[in-house]
This record gives sequence, structure tokens and C-alpha cells, in this order.
Amino acid sequence: MSPRPGFVLEVDRSTPSTLFWHGEGYRLEKLPIGSRVIYAPEPFHALRDPDAAVRQALDHPLGDSQPLRSLLRPGMRLTIAFDDVSLPLPPMRSPDVRQRVIEAVLEVAAAAGVDDVVLIAALALHRRMTDDELRHALGSRVFDAFAPNGLLWQHDAEDPSNLLHLGQTEEGEDVEINKRAAESDLLVYVNINLVAMDGGHKSVATGLASYKSLRHHHNVRTMRASKSFMDRHHSQLHTSNWRMGRLIAAAGVKVFQIETTLNTDTFPAEFRFLQRREWEWSLRDRAGFLATSKALERTPAEIARRLFHSIKSPHDLTSVQAGEVEAVHDRTLQMVHAQQLVPVEGQTDVLTMGLPYICPYNVNSIMNPILVACLGLGYFFNLYRNKPLVREGGVLILSHPTPWAFNPVHHPSYIDFFEQVLAETTDLVEIESKYEHAFATDPWYRHLYRTSYAYHGVHPFYMWYWCAHALEHLGRVVVVGGDRAAVRRLGFFPASTLADALEIASDVVGRDPSITHLHAPPLLIADVS
Amino acid sequence: MPGRVETTPVIADRLAGRRIAVTGATGFLGTALVERLLRCVPGCEVVVLVRSGQRQSAAERTRREIVRNDCFDRLRRELKDRFDDEVSRRLSTIAGDVGKEGLGLDAEGRAVLQGCDTVIHSAATVSFDAPLDGAVEVNLLGPSRVAETLLELSDPKHRPHLVAVSTAYVNSGHKGDASEELITASRWITATDWRQEVAAARRARTDADSSSRDPQRLAGFHKKARGELGAAGTALLAERTERLRDEWVSDRMVALGRSRAQALGWPDAYAFTKSLGERALLETRGDLPVTFVRPSIVESALEEPRPGWIRGFRMAEPVIISYARGVLRQFPGLPEGIIDVVPVDLVVAAIIAVAATGPEDDPTVYQVASGTRHPLRYGHLVSRAESWFTERPLYDNRGQPIVVPTWSFPGRGKVQGELRRAVRVLGAAEQALNMLPLRGERAEWASKLEERRSQAERALDYVELYGAYAETEARFRIDRTLALYESLDEIDRKLFCFDPAVIDWGHYIEDVHLPSVVEHARVKTSPKRTRTLASREERARSSILSAEPRLAVFDLENTLMASNVVESYSWLATRHVDRADRARIVAHLLLEGPQLLALDRRDRSDFLRSFYRRYEGAPAAQLRLDAIELWSDLLSLRAFPDGLARLRQHRALGHTTVLITGALDFIVEPIRPLFDEIVCASLGERDGAFTGELVAAPPTGEARAILIEEHAGRLGLTQGGIVAYADSTSDLPMLEAAGLPVAVNPEAKLAAIARRRGWPVEHWDRTPGCPRKPLAVAGLRPGTRSIGSSPAGAAR
Repeated sequence: MSPRPGFVLEVDRSTPSTLFWHGEGYRLEKLPIGSRVIYAPEPFHALRDPDAAVRQALDHPLGDSQPLRSLLRPGMRLTIAFDDVSLPLPPMRSPDVRQRVIEAVLEVAAAAGVDDVVLIAALALHRRMTDDELRHALGSRVFDAFAPNGLLWQHDAEDPSNLLHLGQTEEGEDVEINKRAAESDLLVYVNINLVAMDGGHKSVATGLASYKSLRHHHNVRTMRASKSFMDRHHSQLHTSNWRMGRLIAAAGVKVFQIETTLNTDTFPAEFRFLQRREWEWSLRDRAGFLATSKALERTPAEIARRLFHSIKSPHDLTSVQAGEVEAVHDRTLQMVHAQQLVPVEGQTDVLTMGLPYICPYNVNSIMNPILVACLGLGYFFNLYRNKPLVREGGVLILSHPTPWAFNPVHHPSYIDFFEQVLAETTDLVEIESKYEHAFATDPWYRHLYRTSYAYHGVHPFYMWYWCAHALEHLGRVVVVGGDRAAVRRLGFFPASTLADALEIASDVVGRDPSITHLHAPPLLIADVS
Repeated sequence: MPGRVETTPVIADRLAGRRIAVTGATGFLGTALVERLLRCVPGCEVVVLVRSGQRQSAAERTRREIVRNDCFDRLRRELKDRFDDEVSRRLSTIAGDVGKEGLGLDAEGRAVLQGCDTVIHSAATVSFDAPLDGAVEVNLLGPSRVAETLLELSDPKHRPHLVAVSTAYVNSGHKGDASEELITASRWITATDWRQEVAAARRARTDADSSSRDPQRLAGFHKKARGELGAAGTALLAERTERLRDEWVSDRMVALGRSRAQALGWPDAYAFTKSLGERALLETRGDLPVTFVRPSIVESALEEPRPGWIRGFRMAEPVIISYARGVLRQFPGLPEGIIDVVPVDLVVAAIIAVAATGPEDDPTVYQVASGTRHPLRYGHLVSRAESWFTERPLYDNRGQPIVVPTWSFPGRGKVQGELRRAVRVLGAAEQALNMLPLRGERAEWASKLEERRSQAERALDYVELYGAYAETEARFRIDRTLALYESLDEIDRKLFCFDPAVIDWGHYIEDVHLPSVVEHARVKTSPKRTRTLASREERARSSILSAEPRLAVFDLENTLMASNVVESYSWLATRHVDRADRARIVAHLLLEGPQLLALDRRDRSDFLRSFYRRYEGAPAAQLRLDAIELWSDLLSLRAFPDGLARLRQHRALGHTTVLITGALDFIVEPIRPLFDEIVCASLGERDGAFTGELVAAPPTGEARAILIEEHAGRLGLTQGGIVAYADSTSDLPMLEAAGLPVAVNPEAKLAAIARRRGWPVEHWDRTPGCPRKPLAVAGLRPGTRSIGSSPAGAAR
């Protein structure tokens, strides 16, 4: 039986309560009759022999690229960059896609007699990965072969000795990337393309870049003009990256792009109910829901967090393509769209969404209030093509506990951003002009980014900028069940229940608004007509 | 009562041209007396005998403590620009001390005193809880010393008149009438030999002093000092120990005085020594004419120089204020009993009238009291005070009015018993709390408890000291005084009124005395938030974070992070070992915990030296690498983000930041970028392994104080430019060396000290919601075993 496409349900009397994600837990909410619920398409079938598919892709590249083996020769410098811990979400079961692909690439390289190989985690301004995380992504064989010999690197955007300025684009954007990568005879980039935003020229131009380069597209102006991030042809973020990617190619950096797509099989069997439609829940699904939600009520937040972060997703590989960046990425987008697009008719006055415990920046960590805002307004709001799901001036209702909590190892500058900057203003332009520079160049944050496991000092600003398009578009943001003080600090409205949130929304959208619920994850892209 | 009249009254007339010496002029009664003489007896000269201060000459003290007192405001107003001339013409000072033989006079002083016609001796130790020997020297021997000096200086044919101010309570040991008779004539007094009492008191001081030096007792003082200050270092502990010893001797002398007095039927050492003073004076006066004036309880002025004038916070005032604050829930006394109060201006007038009248052949006694002529009932006083404070309550810190308690007049024994129990219970609770390892806000409970205990102790003191005065049943007769008053002409009676019958008690209590007491006590009389603690701290904070150059010194453990050297060691030791060894190491350290803690408390340096031996043989390079992970895996979770933010604020302001810690250099390496200088411990190294011996011992205690003072000196900063952050009394010397000390998450002892000294207190906590790592064990996630070899030495 082939997987069913996405589905838009109209709530009627017989509709059971709808599952809302709520951080490390979930709530069942009764949506008003007439509301719509958007469900993701069912997971595509997995590739029957993923390793063979990888080999096939390496041997039959897309675009004007030669097969990998003919790009390799003894004595050359080979650098393999790979996506960091922010992908995929949740982290996938072993073997990770990166392990499969890199093992295959290394096999080809070994066969070709290449012995100068360095692996680089493409962190951009993200935190360094721990040994455990690297081992999980690469597998023990690769990790043990490279790490002890100093051949497993993590990109350091603040290491002036290992950055190379390749020039400026026609728009005056600096392109500065990892020197080893830029000076290699071949740069292989291994992607996990969980959503349509990932991959393409963004891989190298962002993943291996420095702050000097990133600031040209990670800013309020660009973010406001990216409608949406998931639609690269209408995203200034991508346009800028594409300009940079072409400059990188023109500068002589030879990139062999490998992209992989995953299906929407996001949760393991015991959490299967999370990706099923409620009226189709089996007895086992119901039991699973009851057991976990009752247990979670009694579990301290920290333990619940650890529990959820230990979830490894089944995430099966659905395609792998390699070769020239743009040709590869076009194929990838087709695959992602096929798996994730759901046609939706018309916009809504009120968009509701339950936010889960994880976003790209809190793997094995805490989803602090800034990340809650970013996940809701930056990521989920942008899961659309054509038009935003919610009309201009409409209301976004998020469900998340939004605790006033931070991980001091991973997010030290977030703490100060929240306590010092957001306490003063939530205005994007003011924040950007008044505070960004100081945080971005702060020596203590730089030190922690380079030696500890901290996101770069400027990272919380980027998270806030991610929200720029949504903040401009929306009339109001309400958070259900969040820490009131934290929600207010973000400039949003706190509500205890969904019913209260809808009351608060009525100031903006009237007493009889149209309501749509985005039932994610599993992830989907609403194709709004 | 008009201040100036046209015709010269008899008293002023008689005293015109006389030179009157006054002792005790800096006191309450003395100041009023000097002012009245200068203002109402225009023809006289006044000589004041004043003790030279440590920094001020006697003349300077006269100017500052007498003439500048608001008592002289009226005269200043009346004389306008003639005031200074008049005062310098008529008021002179001689340096002397009634506590010394010969009054400690120099030749000039003796010459001036020689020319005096009248000497009014009002110097006394009025404090009811004065140590016995002090009271003996001043109250008992003072009058005789004055008499002896006068006998020696004066011409036998023209002996000056000595007016000795005593107290009515010398004669209060019995019920019923106490008449104006000489102390030697009273039937109710057990006569004792005053010379023996003097010798005994002096001996008691020597005895108390030597028993205070008893080794066991000294150990006790030291233990108590430690209990208060913790491991604050030798110098501070020694200072505190010596002060405790002094206090102990003094307390003992106070207790001796009280028990000796009470054994002989006086309420306290004051009345007792005063009575012996009268007796001694009668014996030593020779042919010197002497008159005693015995006032009862002297309180604020009825009219002169202005209604309500008072000096100092004396007997009834602290009791009244404690009552108004609701601290004194109960006070003994008989509601129908008489509380014998007399306004100061009446006493002054009587003294002047006695001086003008001159001596009789034999010593005579004038009592100035209200109890028989125009009594004030205790119950009346209390109910007036209750209604007055109900209408005009004091306010607590939150701005709520304080409801005054209703006294039920229980017996003294009952009140004392209750208060003693309260003091005991609070003291025990405080001790128990102090023994718990409390920090931060919880530690403040202990200091609040301390405040409540000291309130209860004070209440007990008041009851023990003054209870007797509310229960006195002696009734002081004032027949002779009244006869003197009757003999005055109309004008003098107006100018120098001392008939208590003129007092309207209701008016006196409500319109004169209580307003004056409340004003003097500087208490909160409106619900408005005045200078609250918060605003005071706010100002301290702004001074700490000013743009001026500053040296900001931080302690590490519990100031910037909730971790310690044992945890760091435990983490490093478990980093490269398997699960079983890991458990063994941690269990071992946990078991050792109390012992380590005790050693740390005893002496920080010894503790560090012995603890760091465990690093012997550990591979140095590996540990340096591991320490970077230690920061990420453990210490940054334990760090206080507010503390780091404050530190960074200092840096942003261009301040110099210094870390002083007993932690090892490689452990604090990851936070080096936050500091201009780090002063820490470092271990010796041989063949790539640590020797376990310190090559640089971390400064502790006073050494830290010296270090930061030197550092500030190099930066050209004074003490006021040093900000110090620390959490424990072991850093007290450093905190005291800083002009801007900040107690961070203080343990109970430091919390109490910070509260008393008004130091800002910061409560810094770990990152909200951040993972708690209960055990300091290196990453327990599976598969962490990775690079590098095991630090065999560290795992021992």
C-alpha cells in the first residue's frame, strides 16, 4: 500500500481531541468546530539498499560533475565536510546517514590512494559537537580512525589562521570560509536534507563560513525578505547563499555535493501515536498516549527532557544524490516536496501549533525561551509555500511550557541576551543596530565558542532575526501554558488554556475567526493557495 | 515663664559677681545648668570642669559638646551677635577629671578653681549598668575628691559652697516616706564602710581581669570568636577574642555591681555608689560647707530652655521606644505605683536656688521629686503612652503602623522569666542554624533570628535594670525644697520654678516628653518608605559599578560557582576510569567528605596542601587538557550567570578584575579570559607528572587583604576603589580591606556581619533550569572513554 498524502481535516462534532505538542509532553485540545487540522503525508518507503544507493549516487553524479572516483587521485587534498548535530531532528538511529555516506566516500578515496583526508563538522556558528555526538554521526570506525590523529576537525569560525577570504559577491557580500576546505583539491559536503531549507549552496557558504560572511544574509533585512525559508526561490537568505556559492565555485573551490532525503517516519514505535491521525489511533496508540502522558505528569522537567532527548528517530533514507550543487539540490527539493507538501486552500485568521521539545539548536540541551520563539516563528511559521498559512495581521497560537531555563554550557550568550537585551527591547532593528556587534565580538563568548560547547555570541540574535518575517506579518502571538514572565519578555501574550488563547486572539481577529492547526512534527510544508 | 525680666530678682542678685564651678557640664543636667546660669543669672561667671578627650582639648569639648548643643539655641537667639562675646566672657573651661586624685588639675586649673565661690558637682556615671569599679571611682569617690581639692585650695576662712548633686534613690530601699535627711541619719540603710567597698571594687576588677585570662576561659572566648567569624584569620580572631574578654570582664563588673547593690537594698549600682558617695563626702568634707540636691528620675524639660529639650538617650527613652516598636511586650510595675519623674528644668532651678541661698552650718539635703507633691501614677503614664502611640504609631519597614502592646502589669519575676526563656530558645535556635551549612537567602534566617534574640536580650536588660524603678514604693518628701520655694519672691518663683505642682502630667507626657523622645530616637513616624535597605543597596551597587577606576576582586568557590576543589578532583579522577573505579573513587570522597570539610574549616591552607597531595604522579599534560572539559562538563553548570555577568560588567567598565582562589591554575585556566590577573595555587611538576606539592601556595586570610591592597596601590587606587566579592568569613580580612565589600550567597555568619555593617548582599544562583549534576563525575554517557591515557596518580 502506498503511503497516503497529507490531509486537511475539518473539525466536526465527531472529531476527537487533537494532539498538540507541548515541549517535553503533549496536550489534547478540543478545537472549535470548523477548524482545520493539517496532517503530514505518511512516510515514504525507505530505500531498500541504502548503501547501494549511496554508491550509485557517487558513481552517477548529477549535473556536469564527474563520478567521485575520477575526481580522486593520490597525493591530493580531500576534505569531507558534514552537517552538524542540528540535523536531523530528532537525531536518527544508528547508522546515521552521514556515517553511511562518509564510509562510502572514504572507501572510494582509499581505493584511489588518497591519504590526505580531513573531516570537518560544518558548525558555522553552532556549538562544537561532543565526542559522543561525533561518534554517533560518523560511526566508531570513522571516528576512531580520524579523531585520535587530529584529522577530525570542527569548523572554527573564529580561527583567523584557518579562514580564507575568497572575495565579495556582486552585492558586496564577503565570502570567507574554512581555509582547509577552500584550499583542498576536492571538498565533499555531506548533507542531511530534513527540510527544504537545507542544502544547496547554503551548505558550504553557511556551514563553513565566518561571522564576517554570515552577517550578510543572517540579518533583519534579509530575513524579512525570505518568504519563506522553505521556498528558496522566494528566500533572500538563499539568494544570498547562491551568490556566495557561485563565487566559491568561481574562486576554484571544487565542491562535490552529496544530499540525502529522509521520510517522515519521525518517532519510534512506542511513540507511534505522535505521527498518526487521532481518529485512527489503535488501542495500543491510546495506551501509549495515556501511559506516557500520565508518567510525564509526575516526572521532573529535567528527567523528562533527558527522556525525550534520548529518542532516536527511525528516519529512513528516501533518496541520495551527488554531484554538482545546483543539480543535486533541485533533485533533493523534488524529493522533499514530494514527501512533505500538503495543499491547503486559503489562509487562516488563527494558526495554532504545538511546539515539541527539540529544535536545531537544543539537541541534548534545553529549549530556552529564545529558541521557543525561533522554532515557532522562525521554523514552523515558515513551513509554507506561496502564502503564509495565517493571513497578514492574524494570530499565531503556540503551545509550549517556555520555561525560564537555559543551558549555560551551550547558550551562555542567550542568557545575557534574554536578561539584558530583550529586557530592554524586542525591536529587531534596534537590537541589531545597538547590541549585535558587542555580542558578536565579545571575547568571552568567542572563548567559549572556541574552547567549550557554546553557540557563538551572536547566535541568539540570529534566532531572534529568524522570527523577523513572522513578527512583521502577525498581529499577535499567544503562548499557551508557558512561563508567563518568559513569554512576556519575548513580547508575546501568555494564556493558560487554548480557550483563553482564542479569547486573547479575538481582540485582533474578531469573535469568529477561521482556525487552522499545524499538526507537526512530523514535518510538512503547507502549499497555500 | 518669661526668660527675661526688667527688675533683678533675688537669686540672680545674690549670685551676681560669683564664680560658679560646674562638674559634669557635658551631661544632661550639667548642660541645662550651665545654660540656665548664663541666661538667667547675668552677673555670674561659670567655670566648667571638663575632661580632655582623646583628640580634643577640654575647651574644644566645651565648645562642641556644651555650647553647640541645641540647649543654647534660645540664648543664641536672644543675644544674637552678642552671644559669642557673652559666652567667652562668662564661660571658662578647666581641664580635669573627677575620676582622678586631685581632679587631675594643672596649676592653671587649680588657680581658677581656687577663685570659685560655689562648686556644683553634677558629674556622675548615670548609666545604671555601669561596671562597679567605674561607678565607684566617679560616683563614690568623685564628691570626696572634689571636697578634698577644695579644702586644699581654698582659704579656710572662705570655704566655697559645694552643692553635690545626688539622687533621691539613695534613700529608696524602704516603703513609705523618705525624708530629706542625711544618708547617715537614715534608719533604713545598712551602713557599710565605703573605703572597704572601694577596695573591694578595685580588687574585683583585678580578679575579674585575671580570671578572664584563665586558659580555659581564653579558649572559650576564642571559640566564641570563631563561632561568630568562622575562619576569618588569626588577626581578626585575636581582635575579636580580646574584645570578648574585655566585654566579659566588664559584664562581670556590671553583674557584681548589681548584685552588691541589690544585696544592700538599692535598685542598682548607681544608687548604691551614689549613696556611698554621700556618706564618703560627709566624712571627708572637713569644714567645707556642703548641700546635697537629690533629684528623682530626671526627664525632658517642661519649659526651659524649651519644652521637651533633652540630651542623650537615657533611662526611660529606650524603654519607651522599645515599647512603641512593639518589642517590649510586657513591663513589670504596679499600676497604682508612683513613677517619680521630674523635668530637668525644675532640678536646675532648685540647684540654682540652693546655690543662691548658700550653705547652712551643717550639711543639708534638698530632694527634687514629684511623688509626694504631685504624683504621676504608673498606670496613668502607661495608658497615656498607649493612646498616644495608638494615635501616632511608629511604622515598620514595610510601612505598616505598629500596634503597641497592652501591658498587664505582671510581677518582675514573671516578665524576667519569660524573657530569659525567649533569649535561651532564640539563642539555641540561632546556634543550631549557624551549624547548618546554609547559604544565601536561607542564611538570612539565622541573622534575622540573631536580631530577634538581641531584641529579647535588650528587653530583658531593660526589665532587669529599670524594673525596680517602676516598683519603688519609697515616697520622696520635698518639704525643705518646698520651703525654699515658698521663701522665694514672685519673680524668682517664675524664673526659677521648681514646684512639681505646676506640672500638668497629661500635657507633659503627650505634648512635651513623648514627642521629644520620638524625635530623638529617629524612628519611622510615617508610612512613607524612607531610606529602605533596597535603596541603600542600590546606591552601593551604583558606586560599585561606577565609571571610576576600580579593582574588582572575586573569590571563586560559592562566589562565582557552586563548586569546590574536591569536586574538580573527583571529576578529573573519574574521567578516564571505568564505571566500577568511578563509583569507588566517588564513594571514597563522599565518605571522606565530613573530614575534609572539618579540615577545610580549620585551616584552608593546610587543607589545600594536604588535599593536593592526591595529584601526585598525575600526568600534567593530560590534566591540562581534561580541565578544559571539566569547565564544560561540570563547572559551567555550577557557575552563577549573574556573577559572570557582574564580572563582565566590571570589565566593560574598564575595571581591573582579579580572581583569588585556592583552586589549581590548570582548573581555572578556562576562565582566564575573564580576569586581568589570577592568583591561585599551582603544583610542582617532574617528568611530566605533578609532584603533589604546591609551588605557589594560594594566599588565604590576611594575605589576601595585603595582596589586594598592594594591587590597588599599584593601580593608584585607595581602599574606596576596591570591590571585593566573597561568600565566607574566611575572606573577612579581604572584605574589610575593600571599600566596597559584597557578600555573595553568604553563609550564616557572613550574612549576619553583612547585615550589621550594611554591606550589599547578592544572591547568585546557578542558571535557571540548567541540569543539576548531583555528583561530580566525568561524563557518564556511554562511550565517553576516549583519547588519552588514564591519570593513574589522580585515580589513587
